[in-house]
Amino acid sequence: MIDVLYFAWVRERIGLPRERLDTAAETVADLVAELVAREERYAAAFADTSALRVALDQELADFSAPLAGVREVAFFPPMTGG
Amino acid sequence: MRVAVQAEAFDPGHEATGFGQGMPGVGAVVTFAGVVRDTTGTLAAMEIEHYPGMTERAIAGILAEAVARWHLLDALVIHRHGRLGPGEPIMMVATAAAHRAEAFAAAEFLMDYLKSRAPFWKKEITATGAEWVAAKDADEDALDRW
Repeated sequence: MIDVLYFAWVRERIGLPRERLDTAAETVADLVAELVAREERYAAAFADTSALRVALDQELADFSAPLAGVREVAFFPPMTGG
Repeated sequence: MRVAVQAEAFDPGHEATGFGQGMPGVGAVVTFAGVVRDTTGTLAAMEIEHYPGMTERAIAGILAEAVARWHLLDALVIHRHGRLGPGEPIMMVATAAAHRAEAFAAAEFLMDYLKSRAPFWKKEITATGAEWVAAKDADEDALDRW
């Protein structure tokens, strides 16, 4: 099981802030493909992954990163702090 | 060293008072405060979303790098989340070092990294609707100089 978190407009498009998933995805990209195939709202949120960032266990990562041992995945747009 | 990620309002002047004072070796203190900008005069509020847990971790990491690189003797980062009104302070950084070059550089480094590496997202609320603030390429490019 893996916790998947969504922030900002990704959260709004998908319609929920977090969910717990049972997935066999080996990489972040595999997980995205799995989500996109599920429902249109996921396809809308992940239409352009170059506009998105991903964090694995609260550390920024790449979409090619492996998910082995990861407990928390978060998807969000580029950050706008400061 | 102190990091505060909070919904509560704060007073940058109050926070700056006494910062770095009485610490041996401190010769320069730089403080910076960012406030909610109302570019068009129509802003009702700014909503700032964050990623609890990762936000504190990311800022602590950025702060540790600044402390090591510029030999800071003290440092402070405050960043708010939630709903803020125009003109309210969003965040502040303060750095204390032996000399001003280090204090200024570290403060600018902290600002550049907080903008695009700390998980905050701003949304502008106006009378006609709400819109997420888009990240600027210039903000990402600003990291290259470090």
